Amino acid sequence: MALLEVRDLTVSYPSRAGAVPAVRGVDLTLDPGQTLGLAGESGCGKSTMAAAVLRLLPPGTKTSGTVLLEGEDVLTMRPGRLRAVRWTEAAIVFQGAMHALNPVRRVGDQIAEAIHLHDKVGDKQTTAQVGELLEQVGLPARRAASYPHELSGGQRQRVMIAMALACLPRLLIADEPTTALDVMVQAQVLALLEELRRELGLALLLITHDLSVLAATCERIAVMYAGRIVEEGPAAQVFEAPAHPYTTALAGAFPTIGDRASRRNPHGLGGDPPDPRDLPGGCEFHPRCPVSVAACPTLDVQLWPAGDGRRAACVHVRDGNLDLVRQATPVPIGEDAPVHPGAGP
Amino acid sequence: MTQPATEILPPSLPPQLSPRAIVRARRRQAAARAWREYRRSPEGMVGLGILVVFVAVAVFVPLFIPASELDVTKATGAPFSPPSAEFPLGTDESGRSVLALTLWGARVSLLVGFLATVISVVIGSVVGITAGHFGRWTDSLLMRVTDWFLVIPFLPLAIVLATVLGPSLANIAFVIGITSWPGTARIVRAQALAVTSRPYIERARALGAGDWHLISRHILPNTVPLIFANTVLIVAVAILSETTLAFLGLGDPLRVSWGSMLDSAFTHGAASIGAWWYLVAPGVCILLVVLAFTMVGQALEGVLNPRLRGR
Amino acid sequence: MTATQPAPAGAAAGQGPILEVRDLHVHFGARRGKGPTARAVDGVDLQVRPGEIVALAGESGCGKTSLARAILGLVEPTRGQVLYRGEPIGRGTAALKPYRREVQLVLQDPTGALNPRQSVYESVAEGLRIHGVKGDEETLVADALARSGLRPPRRFFLAYPHELSGGQRQRVVIAGALALEPSMLVADEPVSSLDASVRGEILALLLGLVRDLGLSILVVTHDLGLAWNIADRLAVMYLGRIVEQGPTEAVLANPRHPYTRALLSVVPEVHHLEAQILSGEPPDPTRVPGGCRFHPRCPALASGAAAAAGVDGRCRSEPVPILRAVAEQHAACFLTDESVKKEGAGDRVGR
Repeated sequence: MALLEVRDLTVSYPSRAGAVPAVRGVDLTLDPGQTLGLAGESGCGKSTMAAAVLRLLPPGTKTSGTVLLEGEDVLTMRPGRLRAVRWTEAAIVFQGAMHALNPVRRVGDQIAEAIHLHDKVGDKQTTAQVGELLEQVGLPARRAASYPHELSGGQRQRVMIAMALACLPRLLIADEPTTALDVMVQAQVLALLEELRRELGLALLLITHDLSVLAATCERIAVMYAGRIVEEGPAAQVFEAPAHPYTTALAGAFPTIGDRASRRNPHGLGGDPPDPRDLPGGCEFHPRCPVSVAACPTLDVQLWPAGDGRRAACVHVRDGNLDLVRQATPVPIGEDAPVHPGAGP
Repeated sequence: MTQPATEILPPSLPPQLSPRAIVRARRRQAAARAWREYRRSPEGMVGLGILVVFVAVAVFVPLFIPASELDVTKATGAPFSPPSAEFPLGTDESGRSVLALTLWGARVSLLVGFLATVISVVIGSVVGITAGHFGRWTDSLLMRVTDWFLVIPFLPLAIVLATVLGPSLANIAFVIGITSWPGTARIVRAQALAVTSRPYIERARALGAGDWHLISRHILPNTVPLIFANTVLIVAVAILSETTLAFLGLGDPLRVSWGSMLDSAFTHGAASIGAWWYLVAPGVCILLVVLAFTMVGQALEGVLNPRLRGR
Repeated sequence: MTATQPAPAGAAAGQGPILEVRDLHVHFGARRGKGPTARAVDGVDLQVRPGEIVALAGESGCGKTSLARAILGLVEPTRGQVLYRGEPIGRGTAALKPYRREVQLVLQDPTGALNPRQSVYESVAEGLRIHGVKGDEETLVADALARSGLRPPRRFFLAYPHELSGGQRQRVVIAGALALEPSMLVADEPVSSLDASVRGEILALLLGLVRDLGLSILVVTHDLGLAWNIADRLAVMYLGRIVEQGPTEAVLANPRHPYTRALLSVVPEVHHLEAQILSGEPPDPTRVPGGCRFHPRCPALASGAAAAAGVDGRCRSEPVPILRAVAEQHAACFLTDESVKKEGAGDRVGR
């Protein structure tokens, strides 16, 4: 049985102008011990999705669809059961987690809080458990007595991971765990996550905008854009031979060092990721897409098969023209660069 | 393969006018938006209404109540007579109409209040912006001075100053202004500190801007909303302070204000005689005006705050 | 579609450097003189040649930001000189004003870098007004906006920052810098707060400015991939010193300093090096290790390679000389760099 199964999840935020859809019909599956990377930029809905898995969305949000965690639907659970499930079956390390620590309490106490919320455990045992957790994330046990401001960014991130592991969950959701960290610390944190996955058999849902990080750490990748999944498949294949033009752009944004094709040749797209309040019609990516065709603004897009275990939501995939999709998009250098590449061939 | 650009451009006004004229138009639009936002607050509108009434009364009172009514020698009523048709709010100890006194008193109370506020806000803002922007020694020095003024109890200082300077409206306004600027200074300093450390200040410096340019073009525009909201509350405090000082007999003895009315009332035993009208009239007015300023201040904060937060 | 641009001609033209930093130190004292000083920049030599893009790379706390600000005159150096076209830059707002017309800053966060109450026109015109530049202001502003890719420029005059996309905002910041017709730009993390898919357009713009206007650019970044994308030369900083510098391709293909090697090896998708994850984090600038400042974390020392070469004693006790700003690839390492080995102590070691 899959550990996490998301079916047709839709999440909308209320606003004065009506409901704003942040997540629009997302399907995901994660087996025990598997790693899935979720790639996307600001406004694509990935953080909303992560929060939705544990029903941690702000009041007023409308959610529909099913989120099955170990077979139980999180969205229809009773509050008591939900509280029991949170943190013990799945835990989240939030974006900007380094600032999520209470500055006036010692970190050991904050980790202990997570334990106490779920188990009736004595003080001595809690201290021992906290020490173990810290060691597990690579910090000496005596750090439990430190205050957050006494720790560096990387150390605070480790504390957040320790807190997430406090109740031995089977699924760890990490939302941008390494953004704002230096490259070396990022490598340390990613290595830690991999080690924990092996030791504890954790399933990992890793969310970030850096596709190369996902390619190096995850087994499968799903790419999100404007609230929908636009591509899904095995990590290496998605990264090296994308089946969606957005994935191509995302992959090209962080160049492979040593690749002559990107030397003095930055790749990118014009425009910005779309505002969920004002989405383009048809395929939402079409205003920025370098290979869009006349049908795109009105196309009813779905995830079409794109190879073994792969799907992509692009008309060229449907029509069997995958090589069109893989054309890299270097941005022209010089005065006549279009500010925002537009629609139409 | 490449397509013509569908430019995603911002909304804009017709380009025929000069950018400066359009900036002015934009400012007017922003002001209109702020006003509409303000209108949505019921307490803000009520407060504003009350203030408008009082200010109108204070300005236009000479038109319908001659100053002669305040003359003790020309008083026609019986002392301490209760409200009647002739004297809607009764009379004071000299037989003058309490209504006339109250309405004329509004002029003094409001005038002194506004004047004191101007002094207080100007000093406080200058000190706050200077301390917040320049930092280090200047900041330490100015803040020590501010703390000194904050720590000194208002009333004894005011009494001493008022006694030394002599009882006149200007002096009272001065005394209140001098003793109430630290509050403004602290708030303005905090905002100036926040603005000074923003990236666009560094950018302006890198462009070659000097301190005067930074203060006038960047810091001041970003602190004025805060100052404005704070000012409104200061006026309320200033009016109360004036009332207090006048009540203690430190006001101008020749001018009627709400505070001096309360002083007279107590001195002449209005409470024991049962001349409630003499106390209630000025008291209610003070209450209403202070309340009105507070409500306006709160509503203003609501209008300006989301933008203050965003800045 | 494989248009890789050739290296700009000016870089190799043999002209003197447009910007030179000599023996620069920026130390921040603790409050009231008590406590250790933070040696943010602890002896740096750097050169930027006309028409060249130099990337200054390093992790947070390495001093690259302080170095950039010292170059711009926003922070006063404790020691050393910043030379622009051979002349030392002045101190104080007035003396720096002419210099500021020539060397401009592009900040990290375009949203913060623009005053939200000012329209695009006012933000771009600000520099012109400060320096009292003669000429039709509207035309100058329009030109600057056009050169940074915002067309038609007049449509953008009245926009406010919150109405623009992230990429457009960064273009406005660049336009504000270009309005003064500078010869050099210092860009501090120009794309790190932009979305991934938008980075390309700004980097392409910077390359275009070098090609079309002959600008020189110093880019401060933590992202080695950015250096690969646009930089001609790369200088890597660690704890206040430049530990390696040279042509980008040379440094990234074959890093000589163990720190550069480790840093490069952990970048995802770098395949030509085995991943070396350093333990811990760079020490505080108030507690710079003695000897080679990288030695406590150096994998070459830890693995015994340094001992095998007989330099481990020097690594632990002898300060490495300040790296000189020469054209060839150089690393401040006793093990890997012949010239550094020979130079030894005494010759501009700095302290």
